[in-house]
Amino acid sequence: MKSVRRTKVAIESATLGRTASTHSLRSANGDEAGGGGGGGGGGGDDWLPPKVLLKPPGQLQLTEAELNEELTRILNANNPHAPQNIARFNHRERVFKASPNVDHLVVHFEFDGYLSYKNVDDSAGGAAVRREESVMAPAGAPAAAESGAGEREAGVPAAGGDAAPDAGEEKAKEEEEKKPKGPLRNQFNFSERASQTTNNPYRERWTNTEPPPQRTFSDTVNQWSIFDAYIEDQLQKEKAKAKAPAGGAGAKGAKDEDKQNILPTETHAEDVYYKNTDLRRALIIIERMANQNTFDEIAQDYKYYEDASDELTPSKGSLLPLWKFLCEKEKRKQVTALCWNSKFSDFFTVGYGSYDFSNQGPGMIAGFTLKNPSYPEFLYVTDSGVMSLDFHPQHHSMIAVGLYDGSVAVYSMQEKSDGPLFKSAPKAGKHTDPVWQVCWQKDDLDGNANFFSISTDGRVTQWTLLKTELNHTDVIKLRLEMKGPQGPGELDAAIDDGQLFSLAGGSCFDFHKNLDHLFVVGTEEGKIFKCSKEYNNQYLLSFEGHQMSVYAVRYNHFHHSIFISASADWSVKLWDHDEAKPIMSFDLNSSVGDIAWAPYSSTVFAAATADGKVCVFDLAENKYEPISEQQVVRKAKLTHIAFNPFEPVLLVGDDKGQVISLKLSPNLRKKSKEDDEATKLRNIILIAKGQSPTD
Amino acid sequence: MSLQKDGVQKDYADVEATLTRITSHTGVQGIVIATHEGSVIRSTLDNIQTQQISTLVTQLAARGKSVVRDLDPEDDLTFLRIRSKKNEIMVAETKQYLLITIQNPNELQKGWI
Repeated sequence: MKSVRRTKVAIESATLGRTASTHSLRSANGDEAGGGGGGGGGGGDDWLPPKVLLKPPGQLQLTEAELNEELTRILNANNPHAPQNIARFNHRERVFKASPNVDHLVVHFEFDGYLSYKNVDDSAGGAAVRREESVMAPAGAPAAAESGAGEREAGVPAAGGDAAPDAGEEKAKEEEEKKPKGPLRNQFNFSERASQTTNNPYRERWTNTEPPPQRTFSDTVNQWSIFDAYIEDQLQKEKAKAKAPAGGAGAKGAKDEDKQNILPTETHAEDVYYKNTDLRRALIIIERMANQNTFDEIAQDYKYYEDASDELTPSKGSLLPLWKFLCEKEKRKQVTALCWNSKFSDFFTVGYGSYDFSNQGPGMIAGFTLKNPSYPEFLYVTDSGVMSLDFHPQHHSMIAVGLYDGSVAVYSMQEKSDGPLFKSAPKAGKHTDPVWQVCWQKDDLDGNANFFSISTDGRVTQWTLLKTELNHTDVIKLRLEMKGPQGPGELDAAIDDGQLFSLAGGSCFDFHKNLDHLFVVGTEEGKIFKCSKEYNNQYLLSFEGHQMSVYAVRYNHFHHSIFISASADWSVKLWDHDEAKPIMSFDLNSSVGDIAWAPYSSTVFAAATADGKVCVFDLAENKYEPISEQQVVRKAKLTHIAFNPFEPVLLVGDDKGQVISLKLSPNLRKKSKEDDEATKLRNIILIAKGQSPTD
Repeated sequence: MSLQKDGVQKDYADVEATLTRITSHTGVQGIVIATHEGSVIRSTLDNIQTQQISTLVTQLAARGKSVVRDLDPEDDLTFLRIRSKKNEIMVAETKQYLLITIQNPNELQKGWI
């Protein structure tokens, strides 16, 4: 049982709770209503059942504040169902127009009256009455006949227009009979027959326009298309932001940008494809991929092959031939220089020239990568044969080159220039004889890169790279004493005596790894001198031992006072730079073109000989014989050899213009920890000298 | 202006040289440069083959690109290599172009010791 509390709706009442429905009860607001209604019947409510709070299941839950919110309800005369705006097509203006004035008239009830005056001069009324009576009688409406008022008349409201002609006909008939005065006219809804038009029956008619042309459009939505759309949106927002604070000037700039952007796209894509740097890079990589496919086995060997037979013969190693690098144009040239890049483990550069005095021609510098053995990455042609190359240890794209005609040049791999960055001019200290070796040094005090060169004209020269030119300073002139070996002190005496001296032809040099100013020079006469950058006139020490020209001297990477020299007198000698006599000597049965220390071990070095063999020595294994002696080429002399600083690969160049890469087998790669390397060598040397090794 | 022209000439020469080198490499049957829509810019194969390859391979590359980007929208496809019994199709993708190479990897290198 619910007790019903009726809320009193007052016109323009100020306060009303939300509970407008008569059936919901609220204890909070119910009081108000209850207060309103209960005030009247408060006393008599005791008998009523208590208020039951019923909430329909879907009722809104409101907070206190919302409950106390006051809502005004005003009654006005607007028709709530009337549309707020009606748009009608205006044919004169041929446009849809909204008509703001909307009829708020609502017809609640319509009733056509049928009353007519009884006592009227117009006999039409009386006649109508009499006629109706007669009409009614045959119709058989007893109530109508009965009522004397004659006011009932059911025919007229329904008649409207259609019955009227019938009624009119009847009237006409009866008029003739009863002589009505004038036509009968109802003031309200009579329409004369003459004024009635024939209404054609309604027919429906419609037209269809041609449907608009359709096109199906489909697309797929992926993660990435959504992502792309967001990124684009973000870019546009950023652009808008950038434009807004910039103001007028920014807008102009943007316009210019837009103009500039238009121009490139006007050209056809096909014409410009070769300018696309991405495409060029992709081409290079595709070339490497094609090469990888062709030389697949070699690539696999290079990466993964380890000679298993090394475990059986611990004191022997082997070299596995990998790629051969050949540049078509260089078949008639000799490899005169080899240098690995200090940063990229697969990149090296080769210098081509000729050792033959009578057969000199232009030289070439080619940079190869192990990833593409068929064609060099870059190629420079030089006027005269290249004699030496060196990569800068920090600036990995700079190459210093020494040429046969005595000039030096610096090339850059990065800039696409045809010629060198710098080249020494004849006036400015160019050597008069071939430059046999170049070597980069640490940047000098001004931060300029500099390198040293040595040549058979007896000069060791330092070249500094200034912004526009190459500056040279002669560091030392290699003086060769005419008479027998003399100590350093006697040289001055010799000069004072006015003795003539000649310049030794320097053919190679190497710098001490730690002490910058120390370097060792090998000469064509077979003498090796220890020199310092600080002393121009004197040698610190001269080493006797070789009979013929020294082709290479190299300091050990770990034990800094040991160096090794290779000479045309078929021997390789190991020296300590504090002693004038060699510590060890190795005989190789053929003129040794080049030697190199291994970067990973202090006791391993490799020598390339003129009979096409590569000999690898490991002093820790065998002090007298190489642990690997392998014929790498037939009928060619090996001219240069270089260890890859990062990987177990050896590069050998020969005088037919070929460069062969070899993989070192595990036995050749034995290495111990950093600190141990130096001690290892030191111990070996002590043994060699006949002293017991200290530990 | 002339410098620009020279630069352009050089670019063209470089690209042409690289293309010739690749085409003459052992086993390479042809190379096609196409756009992402499938229109051909440069080709070293005959017409019919070029048309076939360009339409089929661009669709494949688009599909591959869709896969890569679906997995991580910031990633993008760079290379696609498909090896079949007879051939290998290598596709390199750049922003505007698609570089398609067909190579037979089983052909032996000429004059290799």
